[in-house]
Amino acid sequence: MTTLTAAPPSAPARLPLGTEERTFIARSMRHTVRNVESLLMAVMLPVMLMLLFVYVFGNAISPDGQYVTYVVPGIILLCAGFGASSTGVDVANDSATGIMDRLRTMPIRSSAVITGHVVASLARNLAATAIVIGVALAIGFRPTATFGEWVGAIALVALYILTITYLFAAIGLASGNPEAANGYGFILLFLPYLSSAFVPTDTLPAWLQGVSEHQPITPVIESIRGLLTGVDSGNATLLAVLWCVGILAVAVTWSAVVFRRKAGRR
Amino acid sequence: MTTAIDVQGVTKSFGSQSVLAGIDLRVERGTVFALLGPNGAGKTTLVNILSTLVQADGGSARIEGADLRRDPGGVRRRIRLTGQSAAVDELLTGAENLRMMGALAGLRTGANRRRTTELLRQFGLADAADKAVKAYSGGMRRRLDIALSLVTVPQVLFLDEPTTGLDLRSRLELWDVIRSLRAEGTTILLTTQYLEEADQLADRIAVLRTGRIVAEGTPTELKQSVGGEVVEVRGPDGELLHEMPTDGSVHALREALDLIDARGLAGPAGTVGLRRPSLDDVFLALTDPDAVAGTAPPTGPQAGSQPATDTHAEGDALVTTSRSRR
Repeated sequence: MTTLTAAPPSAPARLPLGTEERTFIARSMRHTVRNVESLLMAVMLPVMLMLLFVYVFGNAISPDGQYVTYVVPGIILLCAGFGASSTGVDVANDSATGIMDRLRTMPIRSSAVITGHVVASLARNLAATAIVIGVALAIGFRPTATFGEWVGAIALVALYILTITYLFAAIGLASGNPEAANGYGFILLFLPYLSSAFVPTDTLPAWLQGVSEHQPITPVIESIRGLLTGVDSGNATLLAVLWCVGILAVAVTWSAVVFRRKAGRR
Repeated sequence: MTTAIDVQGVTKSFGSQSVLAGIDLRVERGTVFALLGPNGAGKTTLVNILSTLVQADGGSARIEGADLRRDPGGVRRRIRLTGQSAAVDELLTGAENLRMMGALAGLRTGANRRRTTELLRQFGLADAADKAVKAYSGGMRRRLDIALSLVTVPQVLFLDEPTTGLDLRSRLELWDVIRSLRAEGTTILLTTQYLEEADQLADRIAVLRTGRIVAEGTPTELKQSVGGEVVEVRGPDGELLHEMPTDGSVHALREALDLIDARGLAGPAGTVGLRRPSLDDVFLALTDPDAVAGTAPPTGPQAGSQPATDTHAEGDALVTTSRSRR
């Protein structure tokens, strides 16, 4: 080991605006590309589920062969949930390894590390959504959407991904270790099954209808279904946006509070 | 001398548990200061407070003139912390880790790249620069961990147990790093459970026990505080049989020798030697959980008057090897 040479660079008094965000987004994007297993899992699992539902259960649920068109919106959300859940693990990992504490002692906006994870998740999951839609089109999904309806559907999917990612980030921060983050996240991943994702809610037992009609996933799915396949979705889009914005606001606030409170505690 | 770290009356409790019960300390600029203590003594809590991670309940502290409570941003501009676990990004390479810290420190692309190359070379990581950190050994991680705190050289560097869990070779390498940082003029506050480490690296040492500083001084002063010479009794093969602390006077030595004779401690072929007290002796004397707080020896250079253990007392004076050499 040689001695340290003289005159190392000195830091400027103030960072250019957005330096932290740019740096952490680049970091999380690198993680995404390097973490091949979880990337494959996030795409493969929903595609496999879609094939399972369409070819194994599909004819029993809907004998006219059009089940694929019904199930695609649900699969898109399921896919987003899987993809976003790894954000909880990533954030918990940064907390457990002490990376966050190191950042907190630096003269930077350290909470931008969360922004990095969230933006990377958004990009990753939009790409995964594109793959799911591609496979769906190949196996007979026939959307009727106009260009504007596509834009609307993709915007809603993006809002949903943002919301659930932020929620997972807050869970990851609050749980503090990757295993716990994974466990709590699993509960969220179960919600799509209790929605109108796979079967219409009116086929469910009465008590379960209450759950499925008043949870956020159902209006999001109904709205996407309406936009892509021309089914009448009533006021689902408005409800979906309200749910997402509301949950997003809670998740952002929650994670900001927990981020501050967790300093120095691992 | 200028004060780099000035801590006055810092207290901290978690719930009803008092972790720091009024810490005062002063670290001169350009020196290495070691906080020495067993697990749970409050070392990490103090470092976390001084590095702005945790708020103290009471007291005040200034780092290079910046007040911890009023100007945490100013403190952050002056310090870097390398915490207890290696806070490195496993999925990135060593070079990417360093460049990320460089970007966050505001280095421009060219300067950042040059500094990264330089640090990788200085910390013996040039060959592993483009390997993902998850393939690094414990020693390599720790070196990278410290290098990450030096992309721009801080005025004050906090190292929380920098060598815990490292093998001997990596530990010696890290000691070299710390010595050269000190030679560059960086003020370093490190925590350690290893007496030898504090002895080797620190200009001054504070011994921390259950949230209090029970002794503070240079390594030499602390060793003097437990008394004069230690009489060692060794067996025929040189194995250590007994240690008997004395105050170094002729009288005490003679009594120790008489006791050895009277009780046949050295056996027929045993030998007797003298050694200076080690920091182990200090540490054991000060951090003994049975000792009552407040009965610890006085601190500072005048502490040499601490009475040596009474060699008249039957049995008690004999510090057995198993106790002092764990």
